[in-house]
Amino acid sequence: MLENLQATAEAWPFLAQGLWVTIQLTVMGSALSLVLAVVLGLMAGASNKALAIPGRIIIEFFRGTSLVVQLFFIFFVLPQFGVELPGMVVGVLALGLNYGAYSAEVVRGSIASVPQGQWEATTALSMSPAHRMRRVIFPQAWALMIPSLASLMVHLLKGTAIVSVILLRDFTFYLDQLTRQTDTFWAYAAVGLVGYFLLALILTLFMNALEARAKHRLGRGPSLREVLSPTPTNKNSLSTAGGGI
Amino acid sequence: MENQRQLWNWDLAFEALPDILLAFLQVTLLVTVVSTLIAAALGLVWAMIIRLAPQPISGIVKWVVSFIRMTPIVVQLLFAYYTFLMFDSITIGIVVFGIHYSTYMSEVYRAGIDAVPQGQWEATTALSMSTRRTWTAVVIPQALRATVPALGNYAISMFKDTPFLLVIGVVEMVNAAQIFGGNNFRYVEAITLAGIIFLLASYPTSVLIRRLEKRLAYAY
Repeated sequence: MLENLQATAEAWPFLAQGLWVTIQLTVMGSALSLVLAVVLGLMAGASNKALAIPGRIIIEFFRGTSLVVQLFFIFFVLPQFGVELPGMVVGVLALGLNYGAYSAEVVRGSIASVPQGQWEATTALSMSPAHRMRRVIFPQAWALMIPSLASLMVHLLKGTAIVSVILLRDFTFYLDQLTRQTDTFWAYAAVGLVGYFLLALILTLFMNALEARAKHRLGRGPSLREVLSPTPTNKNSLSTAGGGI
Repeated sequence: MENQRQLWNWDLAFEALPDILLAFLQVTLLVTVVSTLIAAALGLVWAMIIRLAPQPISGIVKWVVSFIRMTPIVVQLLFAYYTFLMFDSITIGIVVFGIHYSTYMSEVYRAGIDAVPQGQWEATTALSMSTRRTWTAVVIPQALRATVPALGNYAISMFKDTPFLLVIGVVEMVNAAQIFGGNNFRYVEAITLAGIIFLLASYPTSVLIRRLEKRLAYAY
């Protein structure tokens, strides 16, 4: 036990480096997937067939071919056509494209489930389609889609653990090195799984905060400050906490 | 190298196809099917324990399940592979996939059990059914009906996750494609074929599941 602790302390600079790579991949991959999700989700949900059909095809393509295939394709195949990308870019692209396609379905579904009356109201106010989406529909859909996006981001975080197969030195890569000085249980379970679990927990808490903020802006829940304060000041706002509509 | 400039080489594609198909049938499909069965059974066990067991046990199981769910399957595979040296890597893979996905499926079962209308529970009390009979004859049949499509979706997602097995050296479809690519210094055909097979197998299945979902939904 003590030896393991000591070995971990010695390996810590490397583990921290790997953890940083994992965090970067998660944050940049999530950012890319979010952008793609909004673009593809809006495309696939559009009434215009010229937008909807390509959107659908792209979504089904990246959802239907495994993450590892996409990773390998960008890493091994593109260089044969003269496109050579740094490992980090390959990782972010593959993660972003794969989870972006999954998230696009969430975006499309959430937009579709904004109540019909809201759409009709924007027509009554003769809003332009862009204005309607930006000011009325999307803010409401956003509050709906955050929980599903959060679970997809945890999936993305877990998906980053595969990038060592394209020679990226992430957290898992250095865990492998740690097993040479400590036993497997210590390296993979005590350090590795717990490390990833804590990252996932932080990500989940962050997304919960985003959800509280999105709901508060729609007037459907307490503000973030009220949620976080240990002594609730406003009883009225708390009574609506967690209540959807 | 004339070869490198070509977009697609049919000869190489036909050469790669048998390796890839064999790995698909022997490993990818086997792992998907057996792990899905394990996950579906174990998921129900977790859901029932969390729902029925007394406090400390159900609390612990809940934590363990969410811990497994929130940590990468890659690290779990590596951990099991180096810990249980007496088993071969395919067995390890099947068990780890089964356990990992059972944690997702337990959520599906939980939601399915919660969706059984309150009146059904009240009716079993009114008929003074035993707990055992309440579950086996009333709750589980209805809960299962609602959960079948979601379980199917997880089976597809497990199918697409099987390439993670390459971290413990299992030669599933993508690993076979990569090995073929490495031997021929050209990855285009092999990796593209692997992707196409994933698409051909998973897309029609997900369309079927969507239809099933609609049909089962009408039953209520």
